[in-house]
Amino acid sequence: MVLFAVGLLVAAHYRFIDSYIQIVAMTIGINIIMSTSLNLVNGNMGEFTCGHAGFMCVGAYISSILSVACFGSKFGDPLLPASSVLFVFPIILLIGGAVAAVSSLLVSVPSFKTRDDYLAIISIAVNYMILSALENMDFIGGSRGFQGMKDTVWAMVDIFDGPWMLFWVILFTALTVWIIRRFISSTYGKGVNAICQDEVAAEIMSVNTNKIKIINFMIAAGLAGCAGGLYAHIIGYVNPQSFNILKSTEALVMVYLGGMGSLSGAVISAIIFTGLLEVLRSQALIDGLLSPITMMFPDWEPSAGVIKWVMIPLLLVIVMQFRPEGIMGNRELSDVFPWLKKFYRFK
Amino acid sequence: MTQSLTQTENAPVLEIRGLSQRFGGLTAVSDFNVQLMPGELTGLIGPNGAGKTTVFNLVSGFYQPTEGEILVCGVPTAGLRPHKVTALGVARTFQNIRLWNDMTVLDNIRVAQHYWLGYGFFHSVVRTRRYKTREDEIAKEAAELLDVFDLKRYAEELPKNLPYGTQRKLEIARALSTHPKLLLLDEPAAGLNSADAKELIRLIRWIHETFDVTIWMIEHHMDVMMELATQIKVIDFGETIAEGTPEQIRNNQAVITAYLGDDNI
Repeated sequence: MVLFAVGLLVAAHYRFIDSYIQIVAMTIGINIIMSTSLNLVNGNMGEFTCGHAGFMCVGAYISSILSVACFGSKFGDPLLPASSVLFVFPIILLIGGAVAAVSSLLVSVPSFKTRDDYLAIISIAVNYMILSALENMDFIGGSRGFQGMKDTVWAMVDIFDGPWMLFWVILFTALTVWIIRRFISSTYGKGVNAICQDEVAAEIMSVNTNKIKIINFMIAAGLAGCAGGLYAHIIGYVNPQSFNILKSTEALVMVYLGGMGSLSGAVISAIIFTGLLEVLRSQALIDGLLSPITMMFPDWEPSAGVIKWVMIPLLLVIVMQFRPEGIMGNRELSDVFPWLKKFYRFK
Repeated sequence: MTQSLTQTENAPVLEIRGLSQRFGGLTAVSDFNVQLMPGELTGLIGPNGAGKTTVFNLVSGFYQPTEGEILVCGVPTAGLRPHKVTALGVARTFQNIRLWNDMTVLDNIRVAQHYWLGYGFFHSVVRTRRYKTREDEIAKEAAELLDVFDLKRYAEELPKNLPYGTQRKLEIARALSTHPKLLLLDEPAAGLNSADAKELIRLIRWIHETFDVTIWMIEHHMDVMMELATQIKVIDFGETIAEGTPEQIRNNQAVITAYLGDDNI
């Protein structure tokens, strides 16, 4: 894994892989963070929330504003010298994550009393609340979006000319998987599983269910916030509508595709899902796949950008039909391939 | 020191005074009083819907009583959430088994130590020394508990794959993992055949002797109850109708009427 990451960075540095592949790799990393963190809530704790992109949005905006204030010229002179960017940037991302974690209280406090469908509605509402609030804040662009984060990235490039964002994405993805794995494999984190399987029994067996719920939601939202910050700095532009319910659904799809409560499943499905999104972007492939239909309707020219949103949900329906538990079920890679246990234990 | 020790020994483990619980217009429990001294093995019986499980739910903190107070080792439990009551030393099992079915048997025992872990999220991620020593201690203790309960060979199994009687046994073991002073058993023999029930009688007696725990038990199997309990309390429609030794209860007219009905209809 480490070798692969270093190889990727070196290849990107010496321009062996072009910036398109880099963007795809970074999207995969961000999607891994999103799916594994949502898996913590929807898989391990068994709650159904579908507003994960809202927390990503909080993280994206907070870290963007901080980064523009510190290194950009939009809010007047930069607050910090450009040379400090390498130390300050991860801190900015973590602050974005921390604020997103605090905003998760909007979902976790209602979750003391509500479950299932009702909590899902609350989480959608929170997602909308966050977006509407940001759309109405004119000083950060409102619905027109917010930009200027590229200054920070260029400041990093000035210090050392390398694929910095790819580096940060790989670092934070590894950190996410590391944190989540250690958390859920400890007896402390197994309290989360206990809540999933029987909340009443968990409470009576001395698990402080409310506290564990808050902590679990905070970890998930905090990591999503970091993912949002990374996303904002890769694109260099954020808009509230890029974190709408569709984005939340994407994260949900990755969790259910990978298998609920399976960390390696969430990682694998994030890779497959992002890969599919990119592959189906090819107009030639879509034309080829749909050629029997377009022969019948010669006037119809399917566009890949639209058709992929027909193909991917269809694929999901097919997967759910034949493998309702997802790719991995609730097992981990080391359960499927026991020889992996020598190298790595997921549980 | 010695005096305070003897004092705590003589203080009741559980004291309930004037407990009433109303759900809307329904009075599930009314003016319930009980005092359990350390080391007692007491029974609570009554026809279906008499309010027995409600009493247990009140004691373990799931409901807040409408009236009256509950003291566990002298500490009032009013306003405490169930895990805090458990921390005071009350453990219970459920009428319908409530194990965590997709966690291994060993994990079931370990998570019951959650309140006493003494480390938090940070320690679990960084794997500090405190985390390691506590995890080792908990693992060791859980292994010992499984050993004395003769469940060691199932340690890595999932509870849902175990036979019913073993699941009952595991639930009691999990309750004991919280180091209770008072163990509430809600129909431990429900669904067991007579051979299993005999085994259960031996098990409960053994726990009572070995773990130095006060046991309060709801049970419909009268042979189990008569064999084990030294004191029995009978409730019907939330009211206490009789209490005494098994022998007295067996011959109590009010109890017979409550269970079998009045013949002067």
